Amino acid sequence: MSHWSMVIDLDKCIACQGCSIACRFENNTPAVKPSEAIRGRAVRWNDVFPMPVNPTEETGEYPNVQTRYMTRPCMQCENPPCTKVCPVQATFKDEEGLVRQNYARCIGCRFCTVACPYGVRYFNWHTPEWEGSLAEYHNPDRIEGEGDLEGPAVRPLGVVEKCTYCIHRLQKARARAEAEGRPFRPDEYVPACVQTCTGKARFFGDLDDPNSTVSLLIKSPRAFRLQEDVGTMPKTVYLREG
Amino acid sequence: MLKADPHDKEKLIDPLFAPPGRRFWGALLALSAIIGWGAAMYVRQVTLGLGETGMNRPVYWGLYMVNFIFLIGVSMAGTLISAALQLTGAEWRRPITRIAETLTVFGLLVAALQILFDMGRPERAAFVLQYGRLQSPLLWDATSLTIYILTSMLALYLQLLPDIALLRDNFPPKGPAWRRQLYSLLAFGWRGNREQWSRLDKTITVISVLIIPIGVSLHTVTSWIFSTTVQPGWKSTILGPYFVVGAIFSGIGLLFIVMTMVRRLLRVEDYIQMRQYTNLGWLFIVMSVVWFYFTYTEHLTLAAEQETQEFPVLAAKLWGEFAPAFWGMVALMIVAFGTLVIPKLMPAAAARVPVFRPRYALASGGVAGVLLFALLTPQSTPVSAALANVNTRTVVWILQLAFAVGTGLGLSLWLKRELVAASVIAGACVVVAMWLERWLIIIPVLTHPRLVSYSTYLPTLTEIALTAASFALLALLSMVFFKLFPAVSIWEVAEGRAKEEAAQGKAPIVKPTPFPRSTLRRRLGP
Repeated sequence: MSHWSMVIDLDKCIACQGCSIACRFENNTPAVKPSEAIRGRAVRWNDVFPMPVNPTEETGEYPNVQTRYMTRPCMQCENPPCTKVCPVQATFKDEEGLVRQNYARCIGCRFCTVACPYGVRYFNWHTPEWEGSLAEYHNPDRIEGEGDLEGPAVRPLGVVEKCTYCIHRLQKARARAEAEGRPFRPDEYVPACVQTCTGKARFFGDLDDPNSTVSLLIKSPRAFRLQEDVGTMPKTVYLREG
Repeated sequence: MLKADPHDKEKLIDPLFAPPGRRFWGALLALSAIIGWGAAMYVRQVTLGLGETGMNRPVYWGLYMVNFIFLIGVSMAGTLISAALQLTGAEWRRPITRIAETLTVFGLLVAALQILFDMGRPERAAFVLQYGRLQSPLLWDATSLTIYILTSMLALYLQLLPDIALLRDNFPPKGPAWRRQLYSLLAFGWRGNREQWSRLDKTITVISVLIIPIGVSLHTVTSWIFSTTVQPGWKSTILGPYFVVGAIFSGIGLLFIVMTMVRRLLRVEDYIQMRQYTNLGWLFIVMSVVWFYFTYTEHLTLAAEQETQEFPVLAAKLWGEFAPAFWGMVALMIVAFGTLVIPKLMPAAAARVPVFRPRYALASGGVAGVLLFALLTPQSTPVSAALANVNTRTVVWILQLAFAVGTGLGLSLWLKRELVAASVIAGACVVVAMWLERWLIIIPVLTHPRLVSYSTYLPTLTEIALTAASFALLALLSMVFFKLFPAVSIWEVAEGRAKEEAAQGKAPIVKPTPFPRSTLRRRLGP
């Protein structure tokens, strides 16, 4: 069994938003109309935003200002507040520590979106739409079983969705290893945002392997987690700037 | 054949069989039109998605959730009035228990509807039963709500049973056949013999004991939906009791309004008397004090610790974008409290002082209103420009408050005379204020999340239509119900009357003694 984790080195992150774009095309997240985006309905499984998000006091006067950016996939908490509140087990943490979302089960009560302290969960306010030929270039990967629909499959109206650490890539890597008749190696699986990262700021791997990159990096004195005081124990870990 | 008291028959039974008047049909038509509008908007919302509402990220819950909590809150009235007062033997409850219980049942049904409105995929509602996770606070709430609805329906029905039998036996010969069948079916073979009465009495007592913890659990569990999350502003330990107190308070407020409407429209003034208003008023005053205590405690802790994520929520309420709602709520609560308390404190001799007249109160209120307007408008008018100085503003605020208090004092003698009007004013203030309180519990927290930029929320026409339709449905259900069944419990009132007469020594209650005196003496020997 593996324990997947992502480490993001903020020293290397240049806030290019490449991760967000890679995620959008990998996971078929719809681009909403500007009128909807203004109302806060844009879907960004991976988001890049200024930090702190809501300044409670002035950070400086022009020209002595400072802006920091934060890039944010799902935290894949060890103690997720979202799965605890789901009334129908549409969201759950699997044995590999991934917090998953079953679109065929979700009733759209939005309790998980309210409970998540990171705001990583998104709701399908309208039926997703793609402009012009974009609709023809969907990622065809689907994770579908009896009564479940996950991964990059196009989400129906009225359900909640979130970053899955590209779980379909894990399944494909496993299937490939099996087809080739060899054991699956954890380094065969990386999410799209890690693969695309311009500054090579993102690292991905298995925490159960003490020699994996992520296992070594989270021991760094620069390592920190978002909202550590909430007690969610995220597996997405950041390395502080400077 | 069960016979009703001739006065009860004339006042409570006969009007049920009179053909409904023009006003009834007019109200029915108007309410149905609103409900139809709401239904059309709901179909639209289901087709196009919840995007038709004003909800967004991070304000994932909006008006529907506010209405849900408000409605289950006002439904608390039935539990309190009929169960708690019955168990404590408060005689004055008798004429208003039926109204309170009806409000409970219909309030809960309409509340359950709000959950359906709020679901992204309402057709999957059955999943909650099929795949329900008991660890989720939402399932606790669904469980509690279901039990509460079923118990209060049972309570309403049991309390209705003897009355339905009375209706069946006093059915006019020319009445519609379907209603005759309805009453005979619902009367369930009630003959009113001693065996049946003793069974009913026991069952009602058991239900009354059970319904109190069930009612308390529903309000507590509903608060846990919020307080079990880690969101700043909801992590509060007193939210459970705060919800219960608010529920009882708003329940009494709505009861004041509905019982006055029933009293006026069905002309049952000689059943619902001043005694009911006075006693319910005392309960109201007590709940009002407890509400102020809880509200103060809830906000004081946030204000004192000034935690970086919680304080913005409080600041938004005290002087931010939610300040009008917050201070409006506080003002309404003070008015509601004062409306019932100040008349009680006014000595009768005050009538001789010519200041305590409604016309002076009106003048004083006008001045207070003008001052408030000048204080709150942005600095644009010549009056408000003169108020730029902090000291002048403070003086004007004090003046404004003095005039507002003067208004209250001026009206107090009128309120003392008109207890019904005072109760309705207080009730209406509390119903509005409690709705605002529910709004202030949910929305400011959602607009001030941790890692999403602060947001705003304004309901759209869809949400307003569905809200209007919900309240119209509540009114329609009650209206039709009171056209089919007596709004004042006939048997309870008759029982109360018999007890009262027995106490006055007019007609002593015949106690069934197992052995007559003579038999006893014979057995004991000479």
